[in-house]
Amino acid sequence: MTSTLTLLGFGNAGYGDEIAFGMLVTTTLSLATLPFGLIVGFLVALAKQSREPTLRLSADIYTTIFRGLPELLTLFLVYYGIQIGLRQLLRLSGVTADVEINTFAAGLVALGVVFSTYASEVFLSAFKAIPRGQYEAGDSLGLHRSHTMRKIVLPQLIRIALPGLGNLWMVLLKDTALVSVIGLSDILRQTGIAARVTKEAFLFFGVACLLYLVLAMLSSIVIVWIERWTKKSGDTR
Amino acid sequence: MSVTDGLISPQAPPALPPRQWTRSRIAGTCMVIFWIAAGAGLVLYLVGAWDPDYIATYAPRYLAGLETTLTLVLISICLGAILSLPIAMGRMSRNPVFSKLAFAYVYFFRGTPLIAQLFLIYYGFGTFHRQLDAVGLWIFFRDAWNCALFAFTLNTAAYQAEILRGAIESVPRGQHEGAAALGLNKFLTFRKVILPQALIVALRPYGNEIILMIKGSAIVAIVTVLDLMGQTRYAYSRTFDFQSYIWAAIFYLIVVEVLRNALVWIENRITRHLVR
Repeated sequence: MTSTLTLLGFGNAGYGDEIAFGMLVTTTLSLATLPFGLIVGFLVALAKQSREPTLRLSADIYTTIFRGLPELLTLFLVYYGIQIGLRQLLRLSGVTADVEINTFAAGLVALGVVFSTYASEVFLSAFKAIPRGQYEAGDSLGLHRSHTMRKIVLPQLIRIALPGLGNLWMVLLKDTALVSVIGLSDILRQTGIAARVTKEAFLFFGVACLLYLVLAMLSSIVIVWIERWTKKSGDTR
Repeated sequence: MSVTDGLISPQAPPALPPRQWTRSRIAGTCMVIFWIAAGAGLVLYLVGAWDPDYIATYAPRYLAGLETTLTLVLISICLGAILSLPIAMGRMSRNPVFSKLAFAYVYFFRGTPLIAQLFLIYYGFGTFHRQLDAVGLWIFFRDAWNCALFAFTLNTAAYQAEILRGAIESVPRGQHEGAAALGLNKFLTFRKVILPQALIVALRPYGNEIILMIKGSAIVAIVTVLDLMGQTRYAYSRTFDFQSYIWAAIFYLIVVEVLRNALVWIENRITRHLVR
């Protein structure tokens, strides 16, 4: 038992500090991906419910592609694809250099793209739940279209979309584990290193699972809190 | 009194005003042009990179990998469906011990990444290899494919249990009461009244779960199983040719799209009586 404590302890003998750093990386990556995914997802949802057929078509192509690819494959496509693409570009401009892109950035782009396709579906169904009369009311008050969107539609939209987005956040949190494969020091990679060095694989991967559970629990507390906060002004009617 | 010499001859309606180049139309056209260019670029790239040797070497491997992926998903979905029944019953049970246990199971497997579960089983069970050897289970857990199957089955069972529970609970109480009033026993009520209605609700989530499993199964490549993703990584590590990943993407997209359209077709078919 003492050996387990030593292994998980902080300091030189234990892996506690390394794993804590991994937890920080996982959290940072998910938090950094979230705004990117939300904004792209919202724009894709806008395109999907637009009256312009070309916009709808291009949004559909986007979601079909990235919803159909495994997240791991998207990650590899982004990671190796951008590197090879940049290398070709450099070669065209006469420079031969080895380009390495940041694993954090690659993870952010890949996870953000996947997140945005699912978020666009959530936003789209939330858009469908908002009656036409709300837009018409905005028009009749003489509000600009962007103003109607920001002041009338968006506050209601967020309230409807929040449960779906909460689920997507949980999925995102779990998907960040894939980034360990391309070498970012997240929870899974740090525990994996510890497992390989100490030969205590069950202990360390068990710890990894528990840490993901802790993150999930913390997130659900925060999500419930946000939902309550958004409902505060709506339930008075 | 009015006098008319003749009727106005029929006329074509006024021409539609020309479609304006609104901002959204410009953006949409640019996007479509981008996708067409990307598609054409992809085709040109694949044609340019076409190498009969490469195709002859790796095409059979890709097909074998696809078969491995589909077999793995099919078996784990079926085993998971069987395992999900007791879990779903436990979740709905009024016995606090059963329902807490089932809840803990579902919470663990839905709250942690599949890849971490796979590592826990594949690498983690190696820690207990002496104990497992003593009960004769080491032969099973030594093989990466078996470990993947085991992990996927446990994982999908948790998700399927929640789908099943949600679907069963979505059937209104009146249906139970109606069946009771007709004198049907519990088992018959479940089989003839509740289940058919629940399965209509459950079809779409089940379909999504299958698609998620197909996409999620790509991670077995990391524990040395040569599924579609594993063969892709093998091909890439041998040739450093980026088209390996492109081909994998094409394969996965085809599988997922075929499955998705099949599910829509099935759903339309079995809900014909609900369409008004």
